[in-house]
Amino acid sequence: MRLALASAALGLALSCAAAAPALADWAATLAAARGQTVYWNAWGGDARTNAFITWVGSRTQALYGVEVRQVKLSDTAEAVTRVLSEKAAGQDSGGSVDLIWINGPNFLAMKDQGLLHGPFSTDLPNAKYLDLSTGSAATTDFTVPVDGLESPWRLAKFVFVHDSARAPSPPRSMAGFSDWAAAHPGRMTHPNPSNFMGATFLKQALVELAPDAAALAMPVTDAAYQVATAPLWSWYDALRPNLWRGGTAFPENQSVQQQMLNDGEIDISMSFDPASTAAAIDQGLLPDTARVFVPDGGTIGNVSFVAIPYNAAHSEGAEVVANFLLAPETQAYMQDINVLGAFSVLDPARLDPAAQAAFDALPGAPALPRLRDLGPTLAEPHPSWMTRLTRDWARRYTR
Amino acid sequence: MTQGGLRICVLIVVALFGAGPILAGLWQALRASFAVLPAIGATAPSLAPWRELAHLPGIATSLRLTLISGLGATALALLLVMAVCITRSGRDIAAHAPKRPRHARMGTRQDPKAQPATPQPSHPSAPSAGPRTAHLALAPVLAPFLAAPHAAMAIGLAFVIAPSGWIARAIALILGWSSPPAWITVHDPGGVALMLGLVIKEFPFLMLVTLSALNQIPLHRTLVTGRTLGYGTGTLWLKTVLPQIWPMLRVPVMIVLAYALSNVDMALILGPSNPPTLAVLLTRLFSDPDTTLLLPASAGAVVQALLVLATFGVLWATGRAMRAVGLVWLRLGGRGARPAWPGQMLRTATSVVMAGLLTLGTLSVLALLMWSLAWRWPFPGLLPQTWSLHAWQGAQGNWHAPLITTLVLALATTALSTLLAIAWLEGEDRARKRTPAWGEAMIYLPLLVPQISFLYGLNILFLRLGLSGGLAAVIWAQTLFVFPYVMIALAAPWRALDPRLARTAAALGAGPWRQLVAVKLPTLLRPLLIAAAVGGAVSVAQYLPTLFMGAGRMTTLTTEAVTLASGSDRRITAVTAALQAALPFAGFLAALLIPAVLHRDRRALRGGGGSPG
Repeated sequence: MRLALASAALGLALSCAAAAPALADWAATLAAARGQTVYWNAWGGDARTNAFITWVGSRTQALYGVEVRQVKLSDTAEAVTRVLSEKAAGQDSGGSVDLIWINGPNFLAMKDQGLLHGPFSTDLPNAKYLDLSTGSAATTDFTVPVDGLESPWRLAKFVFVHDSARAPSPPRSMAGFSDWAAAHPGRMTHPNPSNFMGATFLKQALVELAPDAAALAMPVTDAAYQVATAPLWSWYDALRPNLWRGGTAFPENQSVQQQMLNDGEIDISMSFDPASTAAAIDQGLLPDTARVFVPDGGTIGNVSFVAIPYNAAHSEGAEVVANFLLAPETQAYMQDINVLGAFSVLDPARLDPAAQAAFDALPGAPALPRLRDLGPTLAEPHPSWMTRLTRDWARRYTR
Repeated sequence: MTQGGLRICVLIVVALFGAGPILAGLWQALRASFAVLPAIGATAPSLAPWRELAHLPGIATSLRLTLISGLGATALALLLVMAVCITRSGRDIAAHAPKRPRHARMGTRQDPKAQPATPQPSHPSAPSAGPRTAHLALAPVLAPFLAAPHAAMAIGLAFVIAPSGWIARAIALILGWSSPPAWITVHDPGGVALMLGLVIKEFPFLMLVTLSALNQIPLHRTLVTGRTLGYGTGTLWLKTVLPQIWPMLRVPVMIVLAYALSNVDMALILGPSNPPTLAVLLTRLFSDPDTTLLLPASAGAVVQALLVLATFGVLWATGRAMRAVGLVWLRLGGRGARPAWPGQMLRTATSVVMAGLLTLGTLSVLALLMWSLAWRWPFPGLLPQTWSLHAWQGAQGNWHAPLITTLVLALATTALSTLLAIAWLEGEDRARKRTPAWGEAMIYLPLLVPQISFLYGLNILFLRLGLSGGLAAVIWAQTLFVFPYVMIALAAPWRALDPRLARTAAALGAGPWRQLVAVKLPTLLRPLLIAAAVGGAVSVAQYLPTLFMGAGRMTTLTTEAVTLASGSDRRITAVTAALQAALPFAGFLAALLIPAVLHRDRRALRGGGGSPG
């Protein structure tokens, strides 16, 4: 099955490559890219994503003569720091980072410091499959305008995971978590908010509990912060004593938390990838009874991007890889639960029937939610909220 | 070359490539801590980063945790080593000692059995009819614990002691629990789990160093003389043996102290999380998307260095005080109120604690091996539910390429470090004087300064020179840390080499080079190989230097293991960690077997021959 799909995708890819728009600029980019090795700096904690990146490299090598090497990061900020120290050392070309899997605060930091190459993403041939209308998911990153400085590649949506055998009726709203935890003390936790998954848990609660959600789209102000977060902290103060270890210790990241769910130390975990639960079951990393659930009001969603540093040694090759990631057959292959299961960033309305059919033919799995079961997608607050929120959390609860 | 030429050359090389860059890295951190970091546009000096650091939530707790876990673990490990020596010295160590002089005539003045990390089979015809000697019993048991890298050991230990871990599962089986208990073990806010992990890892190191030191003093004579004068074993130990070996233990204890106070990998896996220890807190700050946090992070890096320096000061002061008090105590001439001390209680307690630590360590390594072969292993199963070779087949994480990189780096750094160490020691021989203390300090500087305090600054320096990201940069950075350990392993046996051997060769007309190649090196083959094995083990375990200097492009087993440890697949982590532990072990095994084969007809050089010929 997997093999058949792969070869189908391969056929599609080849035919598409032949039919690619013969833009003079793009042809020049392709020519310059041939023979380059792209160092893709990407978080390396997920074996399936790593395998997907390896597959991307084998395809771009075959199609465009571009080799991809993944530089596995334990935190995306490592790559930001690396580019920054290169800038500090005056290395304005020939940098060691060619492509970064990035979004949110890391993107904002690089954009603000002028560390990014571009704009390039809107000129990619495959950008025609994206919904690039103003304010769409592919043009804003945590409410910050993308301005063509990064190109989308996978959809992320915040979901909760529960072990349906141990915890058959999880809460249906963020507010409901404090009651659930009171009834099941010590059976849930969240990653440390210094990690983006822990921060997202707080943001998810903030978006649901804030009196006026519209204020969250603006950069944070003292007055707005007081008003918006007051209900959040009273909710959290009620919740925290019933968290795992009484809310005095937190897992380092969502992977560690998933391990705890697998070990039966907790009953509820969380993820930014709706397909990760089905994938983890398939790999023996979660019990068969693990299921995804979301609060009725919907959850925060965002898009994962790739960006190119201003001093990248192989920016042409990096653009070719970014473009390849947007090809419908790449996206369909990626969305296959047997590969990655990550939802596509393409606009279904812009796909031709053949590509549409490829998406429709993807297999399902018991623990794989359908997109329509995941409820509405809520916008990320402006990044300044996250910084403020996590610092405030640390100030309140770190003794 | 003049008599002192080689020595001066080596000194310059070490200063230029070792101490210099580290001081430069520290200087960068110091500048940034006063808000001078042009990279992020900070040029006006101010105290703001220090204020920011002081106001970080939980910083006081972080510092307290760092001090308690670092000092506590070092003190516990050292106390245990002393307790083992005292309770065993009477019957075990002394029983072995009379054979020493015979070896002195054969080759090295030092008992070849006492090399650190050398598993030694006891010779069947060994004359000591009494209990097996402490060295023989302990060394082979301890060696594997040295070989297993800190991160691997921590991951295994976390699984053993976690509420859903092996110990809890064993109890669950008896009591019929279906969910893990609400124990507070791993990541406990007091840092006890971290301390336990550190002691498990550092006790074997200190124990082996101590055994080696004991062989460089006239232990047997000291004990016999003391007993004749009516001293009890324990008193004798404290009054006469400890003062003799302490100078040899000081640097190893400082290394352990520096590591325990500033390690990141073990603290991340076992330590408290909110707030964590200082080093983990700094790692978080250094990797925060908000680049302005680099400034308080640098201030923290300076604090980390000062913290280590301060504990060195305490160590030195304690040593001085003990000396003063000890002198008075010695002159009082007490033979020990109860000659039976150490009594049976202390003996039993020491044995139980040591056995407990070694059991936990063994279980940790076993847990890793088991996980690498598991498919599903849910609570409360004592053994995996389903087995699989999946993780080893490399379908998910391909471990072949990292293995090759690790091997290349280990071979290169070990070769470089061993050559440098030989040059250093041979230089001393030719100049006929020991290197002054500042020279020695330069060697150990990389081990005594916390890595996090200088690596960021060093990275900037390297980029400026256009050296980062290459194999050469990583080899250099690793050699910084490999060389001191090779020196620790090689210096003592080298200096203990019977000078009459070289003198005889000289009398027969051999020049300095011929003496070195034809006499010294072959005689020292065994310690050389062991030093190389130690170097290889250190190279394999390097994380931060590989990460920083390789620009993340050098994927070794250790960088894979630590990155994967931040993921959720314990099985793949177990594979890399198991390989990571297996490589050094293979190195030690080779160091043991090669001399045994090459010197099969040279008993004293083989090191294994215990019986007088």
